[in-house]
Amino acid sequence: MCLMLMGCDDLQLNNPYPHEEAGQSILYSSFTERPKHLDPAVSYSSNEYALIGQIYEPPLQYHYLKRPYVLEPLSAREMPGIRYFDADGNQLADNVESEKIAYTEYLINLLPDMNYQPHPVFAKDSQGKYLFHHLTDEQLDDISTLADFNATGSRQVIAEDFVYQIKRLVHPKIHSPIAELMKQHIVGLDDFSKVVAEKKLLDIRNETISGVEAINQNQYRIKIKGKYPQFKYWLAMPFFAPMPWEADVFYNQQGLIDKNITLDWYPVGSGPYMLTENNPNRRMILKKNPNYHAASYPSEGDPGDMEAGLLKDAGKMLPFIDKVVFILEKETIPYWNKFLQGYYDASGIASDSFDMAIQFSGQGAAELTPELKSKGIQLQTAVAASTYYMGFNMLDPIVGGDTERARKLRQAIAIAMDYEEYIAIFMNGRGMAAQGVLPPGIYGYQQGQAGINPYVYEWVNGYARRKPLSVAKQLMVEAGYADAIDPKTGEALILYFDTAASGPDDRSRLNWYRKQFEKLGIQLVIRATDYNRFQQKMRAGNAQIFMWGWNADYPDPENFFFLLYGGNSKVKYAGENAANYQNPEFDRLFEKMRNMDNGPERFQLIQQMQEIVRHDAPWLFGLHPKNFSLYHGWYQNLKPNLMANNRIKYTRINAKQRAELRKQWNRPVFWPLVVIALLLLGMLLPAFYSYQRRAKETLQ
Amino acid sequence: MIQYIIRRFLYAIPLLFGVNVLTFVLFFIVNSPDDMARMQLGQKHVTEQAVENWKKQRGYDLPLLWNEQQRGFDKVKQTIFFQKSINLFTFEFGISDSGRNIGADIKQRMWPSLAIALPSLLVGLLVNITVALMMVLFRNSYLEFSSIVLCVILMSISSLFYIIGGQFVIGKLLKLVPISGYDDGLAAIKFLILPVIISVVAGIGSSARWYRTLFLEEVNKDYVRTARAKGLTETQTLFKHVLQNALIPILTGVVVVLPLLFMGSLILESFFSIPGLGSYTIDAINRQDFAIVRSMVFLGSVLYIVGLLLTDISYTIVDPRVRLS
Repeated sequence: MCLMLMGCDDLQLNNPYPHEEAGQSILYSSFTERPKHLDPAVSYSSNEYALIGQIYEPPLQYHYLKRPYVLEPLSAREMPGIRYFDADGNQLADNVESEKIAYTEYLINLLPDMNYQPHPVFAKDSQGKYLFHHLTDEQLDDISTLADFNATGSRQVIAEDFVYQIKRLVHPKIHSPIAELMKQHIVGLDDFSKVVAEKKLLDIRNETISGVEAINQNQYRIKIKGKYPQFKYWLAMPFFAPMPWEADVFYNQQGLIDKNITLDWYPVGSGPYMLTENNPNRRMILKKNPNYHAASYPSEGDPGDMEAGLLKDAGKMLPFIDKVVFILEKETIPYWNKFLQGYYDASGIASDSFDMAIQFSGQGAAELTPELKSKGIQLQTAVAASTYYMGFNMLDPIVGGDTERARKLRQAIAIAMDYEEYIAIFMNGRGMAAQGVLPPGIYGYQQGQAGINPYVYEWVNGYARRKPLSVAKQLMVEAGYADAIDPKTGEALILYFDTAASGPDDRSRLNWYRKQFEKLGIQLVIRATDYNRFQQKMRAGNAQIFMWGWNADYPDPENFFFLLYGGNSKVKYAGENAANYQNPEFDRLFEKMRNMDNGPERFQLIQQMQEIVRHDAPWLFGLHPKNFSLYHGWYQNLKPNLMANNRIKYTRINAKQRAELRKQWNRPVFWPLVVIALLLLGMLLPAFYSYQRRAKETLQ
Repeated sequence: MIQYIIRRFLYAIPLLFGVNVLTFVLFFIVNSPDDMARMQLGQKHVTEQAVENWKKQRGYDLPLLWNEQQRGFDKVKQTIFFQKSINLFTFEFGISDSGRNIGADIKQRMWPSLAIALPSLLVGLLVNITVALMMVLFRNSYLEFSSIVLCVILMSISSLFYIIGGQFVIGKLLKLVPISGYDDGLAAIKFLILPVIISVVAGIGSSARWYRTLFLEEVNKDYVRTARAKGLTETQTLFKHVLQNALIPILTGVVVVLPLLFMGSLILESFFSIPGLGSYTIDAINRQDFAIVRSMVFLGSVLYIVGLLLTDISYTIVDPRVRLS
């Protein structure tokens, strides 16, 4: 049988997918952890957005190709019309000072031809009554997944659906993470939340928000308190996607909840894809939405995009891929091996396979190893819009405060902490040492000499070089800690590092921190705890030094600088300013900068703020991680876009090429089985003879 | 026997209550309802109001074990412990803290776990008994000696090595089966071959040695000598007489794990992407989902008790001399 199989060229015994899928335009991707929520009002993490970003369509989206990131209409017909008003309701000029603005109006015109995906929530009988809004026990008996419903329907997406979704954000049953934030910004949302606090979710439809209103089927208006230019970025997030009221009526039936058929698991969207199978313990399948509105691939991009072949599909109708299969793959080793066999179209690079995939050229540039190159695999790298920092608790009597002593101590530590080394040792070079609050790609970020942190780095031969340790030691002397001796105790200065990293894998990292402080003679005591206790310490201001990070919600400097704004202090106001930093000048500049549109004046303000923060050093700017992604040659139209959640619709799979290469790479090898069988036989023969001999022996 | 079974079930009630209290106390020593709320609500923009709201909606705004503000029985009833635990005794597991029906999840995930565990157990039993009998058959020979050495080597190797090595050799180098994955119905077979082989091979070392000891104890007994004296061959003696008499301790080990089979294997399911129950509890602990943790611990305890009871009953079937009273 083995010999027969050996003669079969097409055989792919290790193919994990059904044979009939071989030539189809299907993207195979994976997830490591089941998503917590797929309700767009609740979902707020990248792994969830990888799914719902393809299903729900908020008014705006990020342009797929243009950089820096630009917003463009998605379910909106054009960019929202923005008008400013004073407290009396008089319209103000576009360039009026932000202090005079009482509220801003966003007028959003919708695409006229948008329809929801086919879904049982819309199914009606011949009399126009909803078929499944009041399910009987008999009907429920036959239903275990959404696919078991025998009818579906659809309807047009209307402005009221967008308004309804904003109402959902503040209903206590929904637990939207942005509810409190949006109450601060959207006119009337706070009052609305009080009105509906004791009401059922289904009743919110009949209540109104003074600041949110559907003007007609294709137009709605949102009023924002004062000026909040960042609101447009929120409009590109699934929180503001349309939600039909029928979905809540349908999914709030107890019989369906008992079967885990809820809106949190089965979305109802109008985007290019619809979720047709959701087994979060195994796989999730997206299929093309047959009701998707007309949308085309961008016809313009950045310089170089044309040459890179990224505009070959310009103007063609989206989406290109018919089906997307997300498979639960918890472990990196099987995932990596399946990627190499061609059964996954893309992969990240885990640290244990990094050397197999990447090598560094003489100039330090990352490139693929010859083995991967020979498979036609492409490498894409992009610095994430994230920042990881070591924070100093500014309320701490030793490292905190605005005194010269504390500031110089912080600056000395900042020089001693060699993040270039950290990136090389612990991240395989996948990161860049941070020079300030902003990561690359965010407005206000400066490259080169102008962008370095002059308190930690110096510019030498065209490169930023960390200042020598002698400078740090001199700062220690100036701070009153000569030879790192604490003058109060007469012994070595002891500092405390609070962390939630306490596993065996973290030990080497924590030792590294300790060694960096030892360079200055400082004894670093690691106070490792679990994440809950760590957060409690942070809320109470009991931590001294800590590591934390931030992933951008949107590509605006406000989304980073607010982490240092005094009004967001964690201890005082339970905000996101974990360092509890408060500098009146910084706060003043921040309040001015956040309401400005991008331009030279804003750019200048940002540089001033960077300078203040670099000087005060409430953070030791750590690093910005660099994402390394691998893609097979048949996966096309790929350009790193760290902001867009709906990238899949632009990409394309050359299914024919993939099928051929898979066959080539996965021919089974049988001869070792034959060898093993012969070996076993060889071992059994003496056993057989020994048994025969024993059987003939006389009983003792 | 029925009286005995009823008595054992009645003993189980305080035992399960104790397990429940212990789980509850251990869980809430490490996590507070505030921690749970923050874990569910995510890291960004979480306000105190949002935390309070979550706790109220999920019933975690009550005192843990004793409600001083209530009267009479409500002092006990209006607590998180009572509200969350009492329904377990009717096997109503309720909704997880992330909003999913736990009973439905268990029903869905137990089948893939069983799909690996059952064949692994049966094939493993068959292979282990055969190997052990072969070792006994060739006792005091180089074959027995080398088999014991091999068994010691096999049992000294980490199960993780078998998994990664098996995936590498059979899945990656020889390309004979998918490295990982799962499918419904008969299509699942190709995904189960490798985990079952690995599970069996990983268990041979310890089980075969254990069974060999049991068989060796039997082969020196008088009835075996009598059987040989009657003219039975060595294989007839071993398979017909020795095996039957050595079954009691083997059954003890097997029957007790039978009800627990569907609880799955954490590492095996994780590496082979089998959507079973293996990682359900661990994932819940990581997500601080108390609803799932208490349900799974309760279920595990019930099944263990059932397993012990089944073992007792199986004794009476295998050995007619044993009577339950």
